[in-house]
Amino acid sequence: MDAAITLFVPKDSAAIAVGADDVASAIAREAASRGLSVDIVRNGSRGLLWLETLVEVETPQGRVAYGPVEPADVPGLFDAGWLQGKPHTLAHGLTEEIPYLKNQERLTFARVGITDPLSLTDYRAHEGFKGLEAALAMAPAAIVDQVVDSGLRGRGGAAFPTGIKWKTVLAAEADQKYIVCNADEGDSGTFSDRMLMEGDPYALIEGMAIAGLAVQATYGYIYVRSEYPYAIAALEAAIACARDAGWLGASIRGSGRAFDLEVRCAAGAYICGEETSLLESLEGKRALVRAKPPLPAVKGLFGKPTVINNVISLASVPIILARGAAFYRDFGMGRSRGTLPFQLAGNLRHGGLVEKAFGLTLRELLYDFGGGSASGKPLRAVQVGGPLGAYLPESQWGVPLDYEAYVGISAMVGHGGLVAFDETVDMAKMAEYAMEFCAIESCGKCTPCRIGAVRGAEVIDKIRHNEQREAQVVLLRDLCDTMLAGSLCALGGMTPYPVLSALEHFPEDFGLPAHQPASTQAA
Amino acid sequence: MHTPQDSSEFNPSDETVQQAVRQSLQRYEGQKGNLLPVLHAVQHELGYIPSSAVPLLAQALQLSRAEIHGVISFYAHFRDQPAGAVVLEVCRAESCQAMGSDALAQHASQRLGCEFHATTPNGAATLEPVYCLGLCAQSPAVMINGRPHARMTPEKLDRLLQAEGV
Repeated sequence: MDAAITLFVPKDSAAIAVGADDVASAIAREAASRGLSVDIVRNGSRGLLWLETLVEVETPQGRVAYGPVEPADVPGLFDAGWLQGKPHTLAHGLTEEIPYLKNQERLTFARVGITDPLSLTDYRAHEGFKGLEAALAMAPAAIVDQVVDSGLRGRGGAAFPTGIKWKTVLAAEADQKYIVCNADEGDSGTFSDRMLMEGDPYALIEGMAIAGLAVQATYGYIYVRSEYPYAIAALEAAIACARDAGWLGASIRGSGRAFDLEVRCAAGAYICGEETSLLESLEGKRALVRAKPPLPAVKGLFGKPTVINNVISLASVPIILARGAAFYRDFGMGRSRGTLPFQLAGNLRHGGLVEKAFGLTLRELLYDFGGGSASGKPLRAVQVGGPLGAYLPESQWGVPLDYEAYVGISAMVGHGGLVAFDETVDMAKMAEYAMEFCAIESCGKCTPCRIGAVRGAEVIDKIRHNEQREAQVVLLRDLCDTMLAGSLCALGGMTPYPVLSALEHFPEDFGLPAHQPASTQAA
Repeated sequence: MHTPQDSSEFNPSDETVQQAVRQSLQRYEGQKGNLLPVLHAVQHELGYIPSSAVPLLAQALQLSRAEIHGVISFYAHFRDQPAGAVVLEVCRAESCQAMGSDALAQHASQRLGCEFHATTPNGAATLEPVYCLGLCAQSPAVMINGRPHARMTPEKLDRLLQAEGV
């Protein structure tokens, strides 16, 4: 019998959610019935999510992609000769040559979809642990300097320089310091943390270990949302393997330097994505936001100096240490250095993950990658950066995706998620939803958020039903002003962004006069 | 997650609750800030966190009953009442809204004959909202007993529920 042919069937949640497990069993069954020998690897997802379940066949020319594959397609694919990479209506040629993938700049997601997520052999064969090995030979301050020089900024949304945060923790004196990974990816339209944790968990573990060496912290926690059971399972398995292989523990690879970590499962509170609330939750309490200062870097988890970073920030660290700060810094524009895994979601034909250097435009993402709307109707609004991000009208889709440029239009790049809506969207309803969501998820500690969100939803409801509309609009702006200035954290402080941007750019949905077209305004 | 199958399980005996609490505490003994993992373990074992577990946890962890209750009530994931045999979570967040989840949610509610945050009178199913499952490129998405399903339609949802006996 010929040598077994390798097929890749993703085990990412996004693939499982459209039947990947059934596809994998159908392939095994069909191969067995034909007396063919196949080796099925359950990889991460390539991020071409409209093609899931995307099955790849290893051929001498490279991996050939077929998708979206349903279990019923499997016999036909065998008949067509897919094990030799032959054509079929579901075939897309060599995976690496698919423009959606080929036109990306994958640094943080370099391995995702390519390797078996739990194989340490695969990980090492693809540059894994090179960064940690480099860090083990460096002094803590030198590691911090590399991260500072790379220009890496917090990918969770706030975009604070990662290296500066680390510098503060390194300088803090304490008997114990912690590394905390914020994996409470609750923003709608975002899934890059999940894909990374499921598809390349060692990258996050390596990044956290490097952070530990850099600030002299010996213990870490990954706080993962309970809505992500597959990510939790992948991380727990990966941590056990890494520990067995000596990459975690009392003496990393015999270096005498210690770092270990554990996964903590969240419990369905959006507010835990806010760093101080997450720390409260890790301490076993109600996740009420803490007032700052003190900063977590000085007084964080259990009162100790703590680095708290997002998944993508930490998972971007290994390549910075492996290839040097300059390599990473050379991507991007202005003060937004490196790459961001953008997430194309909502009403788009080709939704998925697109890692690119900062500086491209929303229009490129929506049309060149996203292929326009899934419904076939014209796109009308795009929310960038999650439920606290602004809704952008078409006139702003040419602004480069850069932290500062987005601040300039009262928007935020955030975690890089974008949710597209077609022309059927009612923006007044979306504004009302933003307030309702804030009311549901408010931790209740500060009044502008706790009460403001409830009143905000009521006011928008009145506007929608034309009850003293003009007066209520004035009230809404005033209320948003109070929330912006007076809230303790970003939940209350940024909920006004989607609300005000909807009001500003889509007044007609609120029953207000539409903007004049630009041509008549000029006069 | 364990979901109760017959009525005796809906009211676990004091002995059952004590045992679940004891085992959960043992499993996370000595770990700092272990209340959430302990609560997850109790709920995993019993399907929910009965009120009779609260004083046991309070005593063992040297916390007040109010503190334990406060934590349970803060987090949407923790239940103080048993759920139905099938737990259907429908994503209500923006990306799914952009792909028709409001209509899907309405369909789910009608199909089951119960509102969100509620269990059908026969205890067969519980309907919950969820705010993002991280499947936003394949909206709308739902979760059924912890298993994700994307690109959902009312027809597909009916088939899935039927397969679960609902």
